[in-house]
Amino acid sequence: MNWKNALGLLLIALIVIGGTNCLAAKTQRINLLNVSYDPTREFYQEFNVAFVKYWKEKTGINVTIRQSHGGSGAQARSVIDGLEADVVTLALAYDIDAISSRSGLIVKGWQKKLSHNSAPYFSTIVFLVRKGNPKSIKDWNDLTKPRVSVITPNPKTSGGARWNYLAAWCYALKQYGNSETKAREFVTALFKNVPVLDSGARGSTMTFVQKGIGDVLIAWENEAFLAINQLGKDKFEIVVPSWSIMAEPPVAIVDKVVDKHGTRKVAEAYLKHLYSEEGQTIAAKHYYRPRMESVARKFAYQFPKVNLFTIDNVFGGWQKSQKIHFDDGGIFDQIYNPGNY
Amino acid sequence: MIKRNILPGFGLTMGFVIFYISIIVMIPLIIFIIKAFNISWLKFFTTVTSPRLIASYKLSFGISLLAALNNGIFGMVLAWVLTRYRFPGKKIIDALVDLPFAMPTAVAGIALTTLYAPNGWFGRLLEPLGIKVAFTPFGIWVALSFIGLPFVVRTLQPILQEFDPEVEEAAASLGANRRQTFQRVILPMLRSGWLTGFALALARGLGEYGSVVFISGNLPFRTEITSFLIVSKLEQYDYDGATAIAVVMLTVSFILLLGINYLQWRCRKYQ
Amino acid sequence: MADWFKGSSAESKIRQEPPAVRVGLILIALIYTGLFLVIPLVIVFSEALAKGIGNYMAAITNPETLAAIRLTILTVAIVLPLNLAFGLAAAWAIAKFNFPGKNLLVTLIDLPFTISPVVVGLIYVTVFGLQGLLGPWLAAHNLKIIFAVPGIVLVTIFVTFPLVARELIPLMQVTGVEEEEAAIVLGASGWQTFRMVTLPNIKWGILYGIILCCTRAMGEFGAVSVVSGHIRGLTDTMPLQIEILYNEYNFTAAFAVASLLALTALITLAVKTFMERKIRRKLELAVGVESERK
Repeated sequence: MNWKNALGLLLIALIVIGGTNCLAAKTQRINLLNVSYDPTREFYQEFNVAFVKYWKEKTGINVTIRQSHGGSGAQARSVIDGLEADVVTLALAYDIDAISSRSGLIVKGWQKKLSHNSAPYFSTIVFLVRKGNPKSIKDWNDLTKPRVSVITPNPKTSGGARWNYLAAWCYALKQYGNSETKAREFVTALFKNVPVLDSGARGSTMTFVQKGIGDVLIAWENEAFLAINQLGKDKFEIVVPSWSIMAEPPVAIVDKVVDKHGTRKVAEAYLKHLYSEEGQTIAAKHYYRPRMESVARKFAYQFPKVNLFTIDNVFGGWQKSQKIHFDDGGIFDQIYNPGNY
Repeated sequence: MIKRNILPGFGLTMGFVIFYISIIVMIPLIIFIIKAFNISWLKFFTTVTSPRLIASYKLSFGISLLAALNNGIFGMVLAWVLTRYRFPGKKIIDALVDLPFAMPTAVAGIALTTLYAPNGWFGRLLEPLGIKVAFTPFGIWVALSFIGLPFVVRTLQPILQEFDPEVEEAAASLGANRRQTFQRVILPMLRSGWLTGFALALARGLGEYGSVVFISGNLPFRTEITSFLIVSKLEQYDYDGATAIAVVMLTVSFILLLGINYLQWRCRKYQ
Repeated sequence: MADWFKGSSAESKIRQEPPAVRVGLILIALIYTGLFLVIPLVIVFSEALAKGIGNYMAAITNPETLAAIRLTILTVAIVLPLNLAFGLAAAWAIAKFNFPGKNLLVTLIDLPFTISPVVVGLIYVTVFGLQGLLGPWLAAHNLKIIFAVPGIVLVTIFVTFPLVARELIPLMQVTGVEEEEAAIVLGASGWQTFRMVTLPNIKWGILYGIILCCTRAMGEFGAVSVVSGHIRGLTDTMPLQIEILYNEYNFTAAFAVASLLALTALITLAVKTFMERKIRRKLELAVGVESERK
């Protein structure tokens, strides 16, 4: 009856390992959960270490910061459905608005609580091209040319991709004297050059960098820098278009959760620390453009000047642009209607 | 029925089974469906009959069917070879058949994309021939073929193992040649098992998400599968829309399952 | 088992195809499995070891990866006994008794095979989520189901509970009820009957069911991904950790963890094959003794 013994042993081993797992989880300290989106992993990894040290020095309290990363929309949904995040740091205000309006966990008017629309750092949309820029891509209008293959994620499933789309739209508006029809034609032509719509931003980077598909990747500036650093300094280069959009990833406290956990104080300090010189410097090191003048000057060499639209000025905010462009039946869907294709 | 009552434990086991299934499947499913009834009929119908969704049904169903078919054919060959013949590496292959079960679907998707992307091992060979696999419906077919491989093999293997050799010998001694024996005797006995495996592979393919998103490219109307559209609806906080599509998918699952069980029941009756 | 021995005896020549057909079929099988199973597996291992064994070890001993491995083992440790009990109970009830609604029950057991993991996740979030039916009550009592270990366990059970049952039901149906009835008539208790009569007949089915259940439970991605919350070092299972590593451009580490899952599957299956062979040898021996006696 050897097999029985083996089975018994297996079960005992599993239970013991499981048991130690439970015990390990029992040791409690102040915990802070930061629910964030995909491209901030490396940034928050470093920032959290700095904040823990700062908070320990200031108050003597040990705080443990846990991170959760995923697509911005999926993360917001998890918070709505009960993931107890103390703070959220997402890709677009629309997702935090959704938490606020759908669950009431975040008090209305959250975006006014911190300076710069609650976005402690910002970024913009740039192009990543292959070394030597073989298709000589300089600006947005080069992306609509025939035989240029463009990689961008699906705006329906990726928050970051919505910024890409809106940046192209802004450029076209600017170029064609604010004509909506022309802008639409322009974006339609651009998306005709897109062979793959990955579900998330990192997926698109993989497609472009690893799989070697496409001539140009539309990406956040910080993502483009990271891709170059991680995957091949000698293989890619960044092209900054004449006009782009100011991409503001906002942060907020989840009011109901911090009140339940009693972590409001530390959560507020955590977000404020993002605006401090230390926070800004770490952000800049991870290629997010800092807000603080002094830090911005120090890192000016790495961020080329670019003319930026803001979403509020051009589109009247996220709620409106989401409805017009990205909701079902919106302009993005119409681009792909078989009649147009 | 009464004859079997001497055996004990019916109440206990049945009670446990019903309790378990209720907790895990029935109660969540019923709550979910009740919730689905809150959606207005108009919203439900416009969602599930939108042209984009219909295109995805066609794609999901067509490719699942294709993948289930080739898995059905080759799965039968595999099951036959594994039970009847001896050849080197047989044990390894037998063990490998379960691999798609064990491999996380995301890993399968990443591995297959790595393989079939234009700079991958296979993609590099196929590209000059003008064959694109990754980011086309062909890629979805590859992923679903991988995912559905174990089903037909594993449903046919036990049947072939339990097969009474005397039946075939009888057919042979009555003058049937090998092909006739296979067509008239073996094939009919495998039919119900094959259909079960086929239907399971089909159903699995219809719902597959993890492996397909990596390799499909997700282009609207061309390579968007139905489960991707659920995720896409959720991403717009359109819970009702997502629920509506999920209800359609659940209904199809149910119909397929009832079909499988009807087939099995019928085959048992005529045996 | 019987036809294994017949395989070498003379009379079953009738049951063999012409050599050309045989070789052809074997080739087809080899090519198909090679194309769809072996090469993806090779990809996983070659990517995992692309930067040497040192990197491989570093990747799988990273604290977050270890936490993910622990969580996966914990999940399996909870799911497996429950599913085993369910499988035995379901097989006993279905194979040994007739009752109305039996077909419906069998259909329900098959259900998880055919439901999309995305839908499974959606169902559980709809039920247990904060906006769902039970969510507000759970939150008020500080009970965490989804975005915590219980949720991961629940969806894993959902996805894996048919595996043991499906292995056992046909096996128990084939063996019939006569032996058990005889034992009962001879005065054995129900538990004794089960242990001494039923269990030996189905132990291979149990083992195979356990192996499938283990590997599947460890590998589930889609449904778990929806309910996990992705809290690093806390609610990430191995498949989720693989996705994280891949998204961090850490390909070797991602494939290293993936190779661990593949390896576990291969090892358990090898153990199964080995044990089957041992039993077979015992049988062969017994048969040999018997034929000598004749």
